[in-house]
Amino acid sequence: MLEIKNLKVKLEDEEKQILKGLDLKVEAGKVHAIMGPNGSGKSTLSYVLSGRDGYEVTEGSASLNGEDILELEPEERAAAGMFLAFQYPVEIPGVGNMTFLRTAVNAQRKARGEEELSASDFLKEVRAKAKTLKIDADMLKRPVNVGFSGGEKKRNEILQMAMLEPKLCILDETDSGLDVDAMKLVAEGVNALRDENRGFLVITHYQRLLDHIKPDVVHILAGGRIVKTGGPELALEVENNGYAGILAEVDA
Amino acid sequence: MALAEAKQTATEARLAGMALPDGGCLKAARQAALSRVQTMGLPSRRDEYWKYTRPDTLTAAEPPKAAVFETGESPIFDGFDRLKVVFVDGVFDAEASDDLSLDGISIERIADICEKDIHWAKDLYGVLEARGQTPVQRPLAALNTAFATDGVVIHVTGTPSKPVNLIYRHAKDASDAILHHVVKVDSGASATILENGPAAARFNKCMEIDVADGGALHLVRAQGRDHERRAATHLFARLGTESVFKSFTLTVNGVLTRDEAVIELTGDDAVAHIAGACVGDGDFHHDDTVFVTHDAVNCESRQVFKKVLRNGATGVFQGKILVKEGAQKTDGYQISQSLLLDDDSQFLAKPELEIYADDVACSHGSTSGAIDEEGLFYLRSRGVPKAEAIDLMTLAFLAEAVEEVEDDDVAAAIIDRLEGWLARRH
Repeated sequence: MLEIKNLKVKLEDEEKQILKGLDLKVEAGKVHAIMGPNGSGKSTLSYVLSGRDGYEVTEGSASLNGEDILELEPEERAAAGMFLAFQYPVEIPGVGNMTFLRTAVNAQRKARGEEELSASDFLKEVRAKAKTLKIDADMLKRPVNVGFSGGEKKRNEILQMAMLEPKLCILDETDSGLDVDAMKLVAEGVNALRDENRGFLVITHYQRLLDHIKPDVVHILAGGRIVKTGGPELALEVENNGYAGILAEVDA
Repeated sequence: MALAEAKQTATEARLAGMALPDGGCLKAARQAALSRVQTMGLPSRRDEYWKYTRPDTLTAAEPPKAAVFETGESPIFDGFDRLKVVFVDGVFDAEASDDLSLDGISIERIADICEKDIHWAKDLYGVLEARGQTPVQRPLAALNTAFATDGVVIHVTGTPSKPVNLIYRHAKDASDAILHHVVKVDSGASATILENGPAAARFNKCMEIDVADGGALHLVRAQGRDHERRAATHLFARLGTESVFKSFTLTVNGVLTRDEAVIELTGDDAVAHIAGACVGDGDFHHDDTVFVTHDAVNCESRQVFKKVLRNGATGVFQGKILVKEGAQKTDGYQISQSLLLDDDSQFLAKPELEIYADDVACSHGSTSGAIDEEGLFYLRSRGVPKAEAIDLMTLAFLAEAVEEVEDDDVAAAIIDRLEGWLARRH
């Protein structure tokens, strides 16, 4: 589904190489976790994949179901099935959450040549999905993320994911800023979306999120490269021994 | 103090071609206004409140020509149940207007108030304008009082079933219209006035509004879409105890617009909201100059002005809250913001507070900025195309001003016009 080959990325404004030849393959139906120390390039990877400005790809490729995505605009990537759950969801004063959701859903449908959802179908769907994420009517009415707590923002990300039904979901440190209960709720939302046609890339510092969203594959990202790949047990190893041990082993 | 020579010459040149209309019972008021103009002189670039807006085309003897613009869309309030009062190039058009009788409100032309002996109007004409000349001079308003050729006096005595819609049509490319309206809202009475249309090549309009205790007036205007039109408008409002005055102005296009609002809260617990949304592209200059005076206890005032500018358009905001001694428990709010869609546009703002009471809450803020890149990326990452995302954020930026419009249908009509403007830029 997602195939990244030898991806090298630097900051646009300075000569700082962040990703230094990253290879990664995420298959449909699988959950891949990426763990790594601060500054290893985890967030850069998520931003480059979703098309944020400020990064320059100097080498390599990334494709989603065979389509090269690096040349696409962010909205085209979204329409192709990519979704990034932000580490810091953005507040957009003045734009109602519901309006935002409907605009996004219909923009993607339009881009794919599908018919737009009718107002009543949309409403029905959004209410049902919001309910399972414990998002109340008030949160749907308020401006996007404005005045939302950390937990509400993350649940709102998962609601968008549920409404947009992407093929590939990238979760960028979705556990940051969440208490245990909120994390469980978010994880349940994610797990409900797991199916054989959808791939997940879960980026996290800590193993604890992976207790709730069980990964099939765990990668360790360090110094802009995947340095180790293994099963769920790799996450436990990080939790117990930190990154230092693994990195020393790789260097050796 | 004698006027500077240049100002004196310019003022004389303007007045030379003008004759005071047949005054009748308003003769004294018109003459007094004329002498105010002569004493003050017409505005020049050196005047403190004309630094950001060039007054020369507004004061010149002849107006620059302005092509009549066929928009291809029906006027904004056409779908509303309203009482139409139509002016074409500043002249009342009885044929195009509705029958002016409506329960709870009476409407007469300025020209008829002497003959019909409408005392209140005679006593109010030019009075609020004259009061509004201190501490800041507004010579174009005095010029209006002296030379206005038409206009209506509106007396709100009850709660009319529908709004009055003053419609200003522009027909000739060199028209120079001067309209003066006087509105009196009785105690406990309440009405809505809608205004729309480009009016003329050059439009000087003055509206004096006296709201008695417990009265309410809502004013919503949409200044027409003619690209080359120019306008200088003045609102003078005096508010009694527990009265409410709310005004919202939409400005789309127009090469030069100066909208002044002079609001005086003279009775306790009065509420005044003055709001505006303007969108300008290219040869567009829009100036909001607002002066709110709190002269009573526990009054609330809000100024909310939002401007979207691109391709070298200019926005100006000069807003003041003056809290007089003894006007305790004043709640004053003022915000002026611009959204600059490119690097060529500019926003010039001068927010002012002057407070002589010690138990008040006044806040003001002024910002100028581009579309928030973070928000834009967020929307795009969800599949919203860039142009649509910018439109969504632009409307969101204007929302706080549009929310000042009380009536949902009117607000929807305003938003529809703003969406139209945005869509035309794609």
